[in-house]
Amino acid sequence: MSEYNFAYLDEQTKRMIRRAILKGLAIPGYQVPFASREMPMPYGWGTGGVQVSAAILTPDDRFKVIDQGADDTTNAVSIRSFFERTANVATTTATEDASVIQTRHRIPEDTLTEDQVLVYQVPIPEPLRFLEPRESETRKMHSLEEYGLMHVKLYEDISRHGHIATSYAYPVKVEGRYVMDPSPIPKFDNPKLDDMAAIQLFGAGREQRIYALPPYTQVVSLDFDDHPFEASKADQICGLCGAADSYLDEVIVDDAGGRMFCCSDTDYCSRRRAAGHQGPAFPGSEVAA
Amino acid sequence: MTPLLSVQEISKSYGTHIGCADVSFDLYPGEVMGIVGESGSGKSTLLNCLAGHIAPDFGRVVFDTRIDGPKDTVTMSEPERRMLGRTDWAFVHQHARDGLRMGVSAGGNVGERLMAVGERHYGDIRHKAADWLDRVEIDTDRIDDRPTTFSGGMQQRLQIARNLVTGPRLVFMDEPTGGLDVSVQARLLDLLRGLVRDMGLSAIIVTHDLAVVRLLADRLMVMKSGHVVEAGLTDQVLDDPQHAYSQLLVSSVLQV
Amino acid sequence: MYVAVKGGERAIENAHAWLAEERRGDSNIAELSVAQIREQMKLAVDRVMAEGSLYDPDLAALAIKQSRGDLIEAIFLIRAYRTTLPRFGTSKPIDTGAMACDRRISATFKDLPGGQVLGPTFDYTHRLLDFKLAADGEVPEAASRPPMSGEVPHVTEFLNREGLIEEAQPEDTPPPDLTREPLEMPANRALRLQALTRSDEGFTLGLAYSTQRGYARNHAFVGELRIGTVSVEMDIPELGFSVEIGEVTVTECETVNQFKGSKTEPPQFTRGYGLVFGQSERKAISMALVDRALRWEELGEDNVGAPAQDTEFVLYHADNIQATGFLEHIKLPHYVDFQSELELVRKLRREAGVSQMQEAAE
Repeated sequence: MSEYNFAYLDEQTKRMIRRAILKGLAIPGYQVPFASREMPMPYGWGTGGVQVSAAILTPDDRFKVIDQGADDTTNAVSIRSFFERTANVATTTATEDASVIQTRHRIPEDTLTEDQVLVYQVPIPEPLRFLEPRESETRKMHSLEEYGLMHVKLYEDISRHGHIATSYAYPVKVEGRYVMDPSPIPKFDNPKLDDMAAIQLFGAGREQRIYALPPYTQVVSLDFDDHPFEASKADQICGLCGAADSYLDEVIVDDAGGRMFCCSDTDYCSRRRAAGHQGPAFPGSEVAA
Repeated sequence: MTPLLSVQEISKSYGTHIGCADVSFDLYPGEVMGIVGESGSGKSTLLNCLAGHIAPDFGRVVFDTRIDGPKDTVTMSEPERRMLGRTDWAFVHQHARDGLRMGVSAGGNVGERLMAVGERHYGDIRHKAADWLDRVEIDTDRIDDRPTTFSGGMQQRLQIARNLVTGPRLVFMDEPTGGLDVSVQARLLDLLRGLVRDMGLSAIIVTHDLAVVRLLADRLMVMKSGHVVEAGLTDQVLDDPQHAYSQLLVSSVLQV
Repeated sequence: MYVAVKGGERAIENAHAWLAEERRGDSNIAELSVAQIREQMKLAVDRVMAEGSLYDPDLAALAIKQSRGDLIEAIFLIRAYRTTLPRFGTSKPIDTGAMACDRRISATFKDLPGGQVLGPTFDYTHRLLDFKLAADGEVPEAASRPPMSGEVPHVTEFLNREGLIEEAQPEDTPPPDLTREPLEMPANRALRLQALTRSDEGFTLGLAYSTQRGYARNHAFVGELRIGTVSVEMDIPELGFSVEIGEVTVTECETVNQFKGSKTEPPQFTRGYGLVFGQSERKAISMALVDRALRWEELGEDNVGAPAQDTEFVLYHADNIQATGFLEHIKLPHYVDFQSELELVRKLRREAGVSQMQEAAE
């Protein structure tokens, strides 16, 4: 695809996006408006993350794309091949080998390092959106730090369900200032946002917003003193690799509704298996029903 | 004694139409000021200028803040003014719908101001919300119900609880009994009188209903066409009005 | 295999090959040429150009062919292509007063200088399926006359001369560009018009219709609707003068709306405006009605809470490429978030079950 510039976007657009990224890094958690471009993939399918990746990729990078934690889901495949074609960049599925990781809905299980950048695809960047639909009003609430309403939502959850009934896209407060939507990652991943060594960049294409967390930023999940935040997952171990510490997907394995659980982070799971770990459902052993 | 609120030469026009002109008065701690006049007299414009909802064209609204002492709220920054709006100030709207979140439970409505100022203990917030529901005579069993299921009088009492829970020092009220049945009005007035007395609240009440000010206000201002035509102690103004317009206002009520 | 959706790459390739085959359809039927689409599906081409914000009938026709006639998909193709085009500069504003009109009608005056021209319109056709077209598309030649030449005055100017309609003040500040700057509120009228001209025809039609039915009614008359070609000129700094670089067909609609006035201001009609690439009068009229509804604030009208008055609501939801992308993205896997929701619901149900059992025991 030589008719397109390196990583598809023209250099002027990349500079514009880089300025937004730098501003975002300077004001952690603040949503920077940027002139999102129409990409050759639909809005809502990662155009924000793709534009951020396009703006930061260099020919020496090694690029990994995951969707729901997996490298081989269709949209991850599609985005990876887009950059293979337009940037001719090296790709990998190994978390530790990647310099740039674009993700949808997960943070890898492995601890990321200072040499890495994690790029999130964000559908709705505004954590207050479903409490207040007006952009002009939510921007004012952020600038005046009026976040009482956010806690009203959590209060209502507890009064109705006995628990905070938010299980993904769980809102966080960044460096004691901005309330931020961490994108629809399960709340199990929220603690990994805090004090992360890697740069975290969030791109929302349709909503035209970029925000960022520089390395080692304090990120706290909102909660009440007497109803503290809990990073939860299925109370199971991975059927394939036996991991007890990773986020699990549930898979229905037969018509009778038998299920098994396995790591959503496919790279983590396969490396564990390669190292000799085995779960109860590993081919050859019995499927847990 | 330092006035809690010192209003100086407040004016607001809409094009050539005068909203209110050159209004000045002092309000001392624990005092209740009534502002009466017919609709279009400028009393609501004045109240909205004082509460920071609209910017006056001219004048100062100096509030005795807890930390910095007297400060002009017209020129203070918006974050500061909005902070006042959720701590030391309260605003009771005529229509409870304008002052409540109709999609949020009664407990959440009362708790919002507490959470806005940083309370983070669910149990405490809920306890305080229940206590306030009780104080405004709403059955605490209704704490998880939404205001849409409440009667008009209950909604108005809930709005008052939501406003008073953070212990504000100054309450603005815009026709707090307007739109309610007469029997419901009496109960609400009674409740308000008790709260004002118990909490030592200062308040500015805008109303066209002289019965409301008779019961609640220490002092009274009569407005007509944007100007204050008469001011004084409530009993004095109501029993012996000096200005022709005040006389008309009082006599028209008496005739009813 | 236990982990779902393995081998995504192969699956995608196969799906695309199948799609290409389906697009072609039965190979015993002659293939459509791009020129055929451009000439015979002209209104579809016009819509794709208008909402794709790119005036190029050949590319629009190609996009329609590639998208199997799915016009929103075709608009998407054009938009994605448009993003990659370098910008050479900005043309001068087109002068619709100098339009070579194919069609020009006014609903407010029976006759007017320049005359009414019906042009190629579906109006007054009887909507009866023409089975002759199924057999043979040949048509007799239509009567013709020399095109209208010279300036064709705008109908609203006649009203303006008497002071009967609000003056459209000339505006020299360059309009914002919503394809280059993020859309931020409040949006001025130039930005709103820009968003509306590329907005989804169906969405805009629905909003305009809602104003007619009372949701922010603005009593619109079509003061004038004209369709025709205008020349596009560009200043060439090296030459020191402007040159004509081409011509485009546009549809322009000016509405004469509900008057306003007060004791001090004499009553005046107000304006709504629509301008769209190609021949698309449904869209142009809709745009004018929505433009007028969005102007409630500057005209000192009440906000009655109607959707068509709500700039944020209209502008954030009018773009069909944004809308369709986000709507369709829910097809993508969401099993991570769904899993977390599943765990939560199971936990809440467990606890609710326990408390119910306790109640039953008591």
